[in-house]
Amino acid sequence: MVERKIRVLVGKPGLDGHDRGAKIVASVLRDHGMEVIYTGLHKTPEMIAEIAVQEDVDVVGLSILSGAHMELFPRVRKALEERGLGQVLLVGGGIIPKDDMRELEREGFAKLFGPGTKTDDIANYITDEMSRRWAKEGADV
Amino acid sequence: MSTSTDGASIVTAVNPREMWATAMAAGKVRDVEFTTLSGEPVQPLYGPEDASVDYERDLGWPGQFPYTRGVHPTMYRGRLWTMRQFAGFGTARETNERFKFLLDHGQTGLSTAFDFPTLMGRDSDDPMCRGEVGQVGVAISSLRDMEMLMDGIPMDRVSTSMTINGPAPILLAFYIACAENQGVDPKVTRGTLQNDILKEYQAQHAWLVPPEPALRMITDVMSYCAEHVPKFNTISISGYHIREAGSTAAQELAFTLANGMEYVRRGIAAGMDVDEFAPRLSFFFDSHVDFFEEIAKFRAARRIWARKMRDEFGAKDPRSWMLRFHTQTAGVSLTAQQPENNIVRTAFEALAAVLGGTQSLHTNSMDETLSLPTEKAAKIALRTQQIIAEEIEVTNVVDPLAGSYFVEAETNRLEAQAEQYFLEVEQRGGVVPAIDAGYFQREIHNSAARYQRAVEAGRKRIVGVNSYVEDEGDGPEIEVHRIDPETEREALAGLRDLKRTRDGAAVERELAAVRETCHDGSNLLERFISAAHAYCTVGEIAQVLRDEFGEYREPKIL
Repeated sequence: MVERKIRVLVGKPGLDGHDRGAKIVASVLRDHGMEVIYTGLHKTPEMIAEIAVQEDVDVVGLSILSGAHMELFPRVRKALEERGLGQVLLVGGGIIPKDDMRELEREGFAKLFGPGTKTDDIANYITDEMSRRWAKEGADV
Repeated sequence: MSTSTDGASIVTAVNPREMWATAMAAGKVRDVEFTTLSGEPVQPLYGPEDASVDYERDLGWPGQFPYTRGVHPTMYRGRLWTMRQFAGFGTARETNERFKFLLDHGQTGLSTAFDFPTLMGRDSDDPMCRGEVGQVGVAISSLRDMEMLMDGIPMDRVSTSMTINGPAPILLAFYIACAENQGVDPKVTRGTLQNDILKEYQAQHAWLVPPEPALRMITDVMSYCAEHVPKFNTISISGYHIREAGSTAAQELAFTLANGMEYVRRGIAAGMDVDEFAPRLSFFFDSHVDFFEEIAKFRAARRIWARKMRDEFGAKDPRSWMLRFHTQTAGVSLTAQQPENNIVRTAFEALAAVLGGTQSLHTNSMDETLSLPTEKAAKIALRTQQIIAEEIEVTNVVDPLAGSYFVEAETNRLEAQAEQYFLEVEQRGGVVPAIDAGYFQREIHNSAARYQRAVEAGRKRIVGVNSYVEDEGDGPEIEVHRIDPETEREALAGLRDLKRTRDGAAVERELAAVRETCHDGSNLLERFISAAHAYCTVGEIAQVLRDEFGEYREPKIL
């Protein structure tokens, strides 16, 4: 059996130009054997969801350091749902106060990663979560 | 060993330095990586032979070529650095209050942070901007907002720094128009416009149009201001964002100066005499946590710039040779974990900037990895500078670390590395072609990734992150400054009101004139000032520029 590769979209919604973290995470996930698509900067939630559809991704990871996460993160989730991608593993990171992280996790984000997170922890989280999901899908079939 | 005539035994055959080296090699050393923060190997000790310096040629005296020791003869005995805390959030009205608070607490200059919509040349009511209005800085859509921002602040006496790049000439136009409306002659206004578009493509990414038209607007600003706003620094050539995006100290130094030289070439190519505009160029560097590497970087920057300006560009006015700079402590060095420790990091970084001879300084607040600073955190950050200035006696002596074998060796090393990078850039056809090829972007990303690996492997330590870690659980964190959702509504209401009450025909006329000026080669800043007086918005003017010059697309590097 060919090992299925996890496909990840790393997205930068909004006007925020801070891409150091997003690009590092993207390259680390690639080092962990995932197929990674990076959206580039200044994307609207709808543009990100469109790319997610075209690229048929399993995971969407968003990064915002501009404080606009409570507006833009839920809009990405909604745009994904509207395009039938409500099931993707949705994660995010950036300058996000803990209260906001908890609220986003209640609103359908699987996990939020704050400053100081080890990039390997992000990769391992995604790998574990996707293996769990795929094992469950396999069992369901 | 030999025996001297008086019979005492003395050492002659063994060189003392070699003796030390032997003892060092035999000694036990801690199992850590002895490199600078940028990953450069450092020796355990530096001696006279490691720091080859010709005093007059390489150091000189303060206020004299090549300014390694500082740009003023008196340095901080004459005048302390300007304590310039970057501030801005919410609406113009809210930031105006914060400005007055900072001035009341002894701050000596203003520094404006704009929100992302303004930085990207968009109005608060643009659909792209929902959720971003007033978040990371103040929302300024028109002259009316600028008037509110500067309300009650004497524009003839306070110097104002404006951190904006893509639409910088438009915001400068608002500022000039605002001064005129306050009855202040723009000739006396002082301040600094960041206006450094090259590093936007390289690192910070708040651009408006492609490099060539952007550079033309910059030369328009330089030539207009040389005549009409002579006390304004027209560009603050910035390494800060390059470093924060992940570069090493040497890359920050080299890329910044390479950009500076590009602006000089453009100014000369536009027909100006180098001494007409070069004295108004200023610089902006990061001060990171590697104390000595940073001090050496500031000293090297002054020396390189002086040499380039005099010897390569033929500048004759000593003010064109002097590299004057603002410093900000390293935002990326702050940790979300145990945030109070950030006060200590910032204090060390600020001290390095002062020992490196900075002209102005921003100290970060401890809570900036979580949100914009609270008033309390912002005050501690300002007090940190005041303690350095007034308590610890470091301002008595000019360039006190000159002659340190280590600091001089590091200064030499950084200058040599910068020269290597200048060659790399030249081989790629210059700064703009190197941007188009993604050269700087890739270099910065690779350095960021290397550093991240070093931290994760524990080779570089960060207290609270990979050393002395505490389980912080979901417990309470320090107080967070939140932007009132009312802000966006207030900004939108203001803009609606403006659009209803201004003279629509005048707006149309002015925007048409901007469009024409894009192509007829006359001065765009002059045109923007006229448009500002008609209350054209930043988004409207920027849209004309995007229509006429096109939008910038970043090269893919990943």
